[in-house]
Amino acid sequence: MTVVSSPPAPAPVAGPEHRPPGVGVGERAVNLLNGTFLLVWALITTLPLLWAIVSAFKSNSEFLAEPFGLPGEPHVENFSRAWTVANIGQYFVNSVVVVAISVPLTMLLGAMAAYVLARYEFPGNRIVYYGFVGGMIFPVFLALVPLFFVVRNLSALPGVGQFLGLNSHVSLALVYVAFSLPFTVFFLTAFFRTQPTSIAEAAIVDGCSHFGLFFRVMLPMAKPGLISIGLFNVLGHWNQYVLPVVLMNEPEKKVLAQGLAALAISQGYRGDWTALFAGLVIALLPVLVVYVLFQRQVQAGLTAGVLK
Amino acid sequence: MSTDVSVRNSVPRRPTSKAGPALHHGKYTFVVSFLLVPVGIYGLFVVSPYLQAIYISLTDWTGLTGGQTFVGLANYARLLDDEQFLIALRNNGILVVVVPAVTVLLGLFLASMLNVGRRGRSGVEGVRGSAVYRVVYFFPMVLSVAIIGVLFKYVFAPTQAGGILNGLLRAVGLDGWAQPWLGDPDFAFWIVLLVMIWSFVGFYVVLFSAAMQSIPKEIYEAALLDGAGRFMTFRQVTLPLVWDTVQVGWVYLAIQAMDAFALVHIMLGIGGGPSRSGDVLGLALYRSAFNSYRFGYASAIGVVLLLLTLVVAAVFMRVARRERVELS
Repeated sequence: MTVVSSPPAPAPVAGPEHRPPGVGVGERAVNLLNGTFLLVWALITTLPLLWAIVSAFKSNSEFLAEPFGLPGEPHVENFSRAWTVANIGQYFVNSVVVVAISVPLTMLLGAMAAYVLARYEFPGNRIVYYGFVGGMIFPVFLALVPLFFVVRNLSALPGVGQFLGLNSHVSLALVYVAFSLPFTVFFLTAFFRTQPTSIAEAAIVDGCSHFGLFFRVMLPMAKPGLISIGLFNVLGHWNQYVLPVVLMNEPEKKVLAQGLAALAISQGYRGDWTALFAGLVIALLPVLVVYVLFQRQVQAGLTAGVLK
Repeated sequence: MSTDVSVRNSVPRRPTSKAGPALHHGKYTFVVSFLLVPVGIYGLFVVSPYLQAIYISLTDWTGLTGGQTFVGLANYARLLDDEQFLIALRNNGILVVVVPAVTVLLGLFLASMLNVGRRGRSGVEGVRGSAVYRVVYFFPMVLSVAIIGVLFKYVFAPTQAGGILNGLLRAVGLDGWAQPWLGDPDFAFWIVLLVMIWSFVGFYVVLFSAAMQSIPKEIYEAALLDGAGRFMTFRQVTLPLVWDTVQVGWVYLAIQAMDAFALVHIMLGIGGGPSRSGDVLGLALYRSAFNSYRFGYASAIGVVLLLLTLVVAAVFMRVARRERVELS
């Protein structure tokens, strides 16, 4: 839109007795209606989750006979059945292991790449940057077939091969790192560009090396950005589904999201729904607790993903 | 945009290294040592698979050990005769159009209720408890799509499997409405679509809320003094001022909606549901590759998915680039 610059019109002066309209009966009715809409959506959001949590404490016969009732007594043993018999415990540990490797590595490597791309001029800088950022638009599905073989062939590497390959949590974590780098680099490059040059200069004058400047000055200064993108990656890696489905097919190697989905199919046949729901609650509670505790940062981290 | 990085415009956009001779010492060694590992991992697991996939889509590679013979566009030609692929393509098309449209509308509606929906003595204001709503609405966004899939698989399950929706319908006397929802080709795909919208709306409420909160209150006071009704205020004030966020959100949603793999896989099964009516491209690709080992064909589906993503991004960018409103 072409903006024609013209002197601003004098602001209309409201009369002293002019009170905002809109406290009449009609307005109050609309206010009430608005409140109702909001409440209805809140119920639509929470009731399925509440139903899952309540169902996790029921017996299987209660689950079928009284879908809306409360459990007669809390059947806590559902949880131990889910944890051991249904393998949710194993899946949970697997997920923790993968995320514990993948997220710190994503942050470190992403910050290193973003830092040099943001603050050092060298031939090929733009090519590397757009190479990373371009990865954001590519659907992961296109890569699945070759990725499967790339990962499978890693096990043939001498020495480290035994820790890699399919059904290896290290491999899966490395794949997570690779697929998280585009957004992480994109986000952190923007962040490192905002760091004042004067501090870098001062550090160099004080005899700081390039490495020291990064690890002792720049990285600590980038903490707010690292926290946002870190939470974004924790949730993304914890919830990832298609990559483990392709790369992890041994039953005891599955991660939580994948194992839960497999359980939903097998428990349905066995008729042990409440163990499944207990598993569901085991999977969703940690994430909800982390979210409620850090909701400001989580919302900032996730919405930043769209706004950038 | 209230993110921490929004101030970056105030510094030079070009990378800088003007910090005197000391910084130039060993600069290239440093740059290379910092880029080596990230670029290596990225190249190995992301760039090389994408390039390989495009080549594989031009070969007849089948079977875990079979050789690759170059067959040109034969896989793509075969796609056009594959009814299953066409169902998946149609479903992806529906997802890309319907999910963003409904989600953005609902998101804008709820966000404006939340932030400027109330008119009281002090003018236009947000509703009471809006902070709580913002927390609650965001729940589905932090949950794994696998959890959401499993949960709703049981919400829509038949009564004998504990399906809560049919139970609810019976409880209120609407027995006739009870359906084997996910087992009916007329419903299965649309239920997945609804669940997808359910899982996205809250995120966009929060996103649009953030944009709406940066609109100065005086503008609303002025609109109120001029006697503008709620709808008029929304059309003439709120919408233009959050339009930037809406269009970015729209593109992002369209790309998100392409990936219905997990929901369809979990809720409808590997075959895409009854009569394969709920199939989507991601799932069709997965089946071709890892059930039938037709890697060339699967990669061709992947390339179609990529093209669709690029077209959608380009179209939305063009359509959405309407006039912008400057707040100054």
